[in-house]
Amino acid sequence: MTAIQIVLVAFSVFALSRALLRFRKGGLPVIHLFTWLVFWAGVIVAVVRPATTSAVAAWVRVGRGTDLVMYLSVVALFYLLFRMFGKIEELERQITRVVRAAALKDLDDKQPPPSRTLPPRIPEAAKLPPPK
Amino acid sequence: MGKQIIVIPAYNEEATVAQVVREAVRVADAVVVVDDGSRDRTSALAGEAGAIVVRHAVNRGLGGALGTGIAAAVKLGADAVVTMDADGQHRAADAARVFQRIGQGDVDFVIGSRMIPGEGERAGKMPIHRVLFNAVGNALTYLLFGVWVTDSQSGLRGLSRRAAETVDLRTNGMEVSSEFIKEVREKHWKLAEISIPAIYTEYSLSKGQSFLVGIKTAAKLILRRFIG
Repeated sequence: MTAIQIVLVAFSVFALSRALLRFRKGGLPVIHLFTWLVFWAGVIVAVVRPATTSAVAAWVRVGRGTDLVMYLSVVALFYLLFRMFGKIEELERQITRVVRAAALKDLDDKQPPPSRTLPPRIPEAAKLPPPK
Repeated sequence: MGKQIIVIPAYNEEATVAQVVREAVRVADAVVVVDDGSRDRTSALAGEAGAIVVRHAVNRGLGGALGTGIAAAVKLGADAVVTMDADGQHRAADAARVFQRIGQGDVDFVIGSRMIPGEGERAGKMPIHRVLFNAVGNALTYLLFGVWVTDSQSGLRGLSRRAAETVDLRTNGMEVSSEFIKEVREKHWKLAEISIPAIYTEYSLSKGQSFLVGIKTAAKLILRRFIG
């Protein structure tokens, strides 16, 4: 095994253990645990036996195994990017809801009694711009 | 006509907000300024000038501020709401004309359009890059939401009580201008446009949308339309 293989396998095992730990603590749904297990197991297989990716690549008619891994990585990263965009948007909306609720509560607190005198209104005719 | 409320979103607008409010209070029953987390004296000056000030603890953007302002206006019992900018590019007299148009009772949403000449207004004073920006905004709004308007990016808009009560703004930024048009379509609001003059000062131009903000706004609109 080369040094890079050892590093990658070690990292994959570490990531696997983290996923298992989070699952045991109840912070990870079963489906997510399963997805991560499959993903990191796949990474370990691809790192230890690079020929596997070439076999899969040949099966799906992609030139080389590394190319296939790169293509899949790009697709996965884009998918993650869009998901994160959606999540951030949702967070932004939630923050706005909180900020709005606080601002409107302040309005309730300081709303004047109904008898508050409003500034004098100008007659309807005076509101119109002068004819040209 | 019932209670007329002007909503003015403002972010760091201490240079102009007081004057804008002083003029606005003359044509409406109440003026709500939404201070969108300004770090200057926007709140204090708007309050002194006669506005009811609601304050965002942190900056949320134009869409967030407009949503809060309209909600505040509904709470205050508005029968018609007009939104206008705090940088002085809209005249109170035009806000009054928008109120009048809503008061006729046959429309839910009114756009003060800088692109319609007529009614003796000095239309056509918009700088050329703004005209271009607007054309792109209109085209994009039409492509995404299927409603053609002559000035989709105008900040001077009027909402009937029905529209103000049902509007559901989900965007925080400048995209909100096009989102109003989306609401026109989805909520089946009756739409009207009235001519207003394009007033551009050096100040309002410096505060307006830059090219980059325009690109960002367009990208967000497209992304939201398809995955939002």
